[in-house]
Amino acid sequence: MATLNVLIVDDEPGIRSGIVRILNHFTVDFPFLDKEFDFNLIEVETGERAVELLDAGEVDIVLLDNKLPGMDGIKVLEYLTKKEYDCSVMMITSYASLDLAVKATNNGAYNFIPKPFTPTELKTSMEWITKNLYLRRMTKKMNTEGKQIRFQFLSVLSHELKSPINAIEGYLNIMKDGQLGENISDYKVMIDRSLERIRGMRSLIMDMLDLTRLESGKKSRDVQKVDLVELMRISKDTMSPMAIQKNVKINIDAQPEHILYTADRQEVEIIFNNLVSNAVKYNKDFGEVNCELRDEGACIRISVSDTGIGLSEEEISKLFQEFVRIKNDKTKAISGSGLGLSILKKIVDEVYHGTVSVESVPDKGSTFTVMLPKV
Amino acid sequence: MEQKFKNMTALLADDDVDMITQMTLHLQQIGFKVITAESQKDTEEIIETTKPDIAILDLMMDNRDSGFILSYKMKKKYPDVPVIILTSVTSDTGMMFGVNTDEEKKWIKADAYLEKGLRPEQLEMEISQLLGK
Repeated sequence: MATLNVLIVDDEPGIRSGIVRILNHFTVDFPFLDKEFDFNLIEVETGERAVELLDAGEVDIVLLDNKLPGMDGIKVLEYLTKKEYDCSVMMITSYASLDLAVKATNNGAYNFIPKPFTPTELKTSMEWITKNLYLRRMTKKMNTEGKQIRFQFLSVLSHELKSPINAIEGYLNIMKDGQLGENISDYKVMIDRSLERIRGMRSLIMDMLDLTRLESGKKSRDVQKVDLVELMRISKDTMSPMAIQKNVKINIDAQPEHILYTADRQEVEIIFNNLVSNAVKYNKDFGEVNCELRDEGACIRISVSDTGIGLSEEEISKLFQEFVRIKNDKTKAISGSGLGLSILKKIVDEVYHGTVSVESVPDKGSTFTVMLPKV
Repeated sequence: MEQKFKNMTALLADDDVDMITQMTLHLQQIGFKVITAESQKDTEEIIETTKPDIAILDLMMDNRDSGFILSYKMKKKYPDVPVIILTSVTSDTGMMFGVNTDEEKKWIKADAYLEKGLRPEQLEMEISQLLGK
């Protein structure tokens, strides 16, 4: 049995004693846990008093009224979000508005329960919040223990995998119903789009495999002297079918002619393939990709420039986050996993202690520069 | 198919171009004129100048709660226009929203909440109910 400390913040004594009555002998257990939780209930009347107890630590769950005499519920929520206290908050309020809901959710409130509530509603909410708190703490513990389980990541991933399945399923249903006619040619655009979504899904899966390999199988690394110029040529060959389709020309300019670097060959391939494939994918038809490799003494500089659609400063700031795909009119038909650059950055930063930077002019093109320090 | 919504306008917001294509097709087949938007911002701009007969909004666009925010704005400007929130979020996250009880309606200012991947007939049925046809 584990006990969670529940802080009840409400200025109405009736509400507080009601909650205490409901939760006093209430316990929560889940089929997937061998633990059972009960609740130690602490009552306070004001936001100020709640903050004192939060500062003292040892609060797990806060049941928070919004309308309080002094400091209101949202202020308490903002405070504990700012302090990054490890507790879950449920707002209890009779003044239900979407404004408040959005504000509170943005500040990390887990749930809402509108007043008046029934005992069952409160108990159901407590079950959810307890499960959420437990899972969040487990995740945190596993992360600090180095176990790379990432619930957040997985939930975004499932969304990214489901979207193309929904899209393809929708197209197939339209075809099955013969909605546009009896000829296969009536559905050409839909078939092309389905294939494009499948390609996107494949690249997501390939990127996932790269990421999994990076995060788990460090022992399978094979570090030796590799020729970066040769690897860039291989990337060029790998990407040339895509480049030919768009009539994009890929040039390599290396000085000196061979640059030896101590690295894992596959990791370098991931970096180069990402740089070159992005430069082709986001290029204009009949554009160019210029790959420059320079031995600069302490570092190797690899710059890949394109003559493509470019990026705004705001877009650059988001570019390296997982699953961020820059969405605008120019990119909407291009499929991608949104993982490539975050993987690239991970390898460059964490494995080689190098840097990645971007310079870009919208509608002119972008240059991605990777600096790899020599060890 | 019978065009029972002839001369009516549907506002459709989704950041997935393929969902836009498919939904547009379904809506046009039952008679709607369709205005599309691919982001929260675009949708907000359209709402400023245009009053549709119904709005169908994807939940997660630029923001994770774009659909809720847009729904709120729609209801503020055009209280009589029905709003459908369309998403696949339940099966992704296990989160559940509904708009069936009065209590839920206080929170979520939408008239219907539908899962993505629904069949055109279901869509037509939901719209018919909301528009009283």
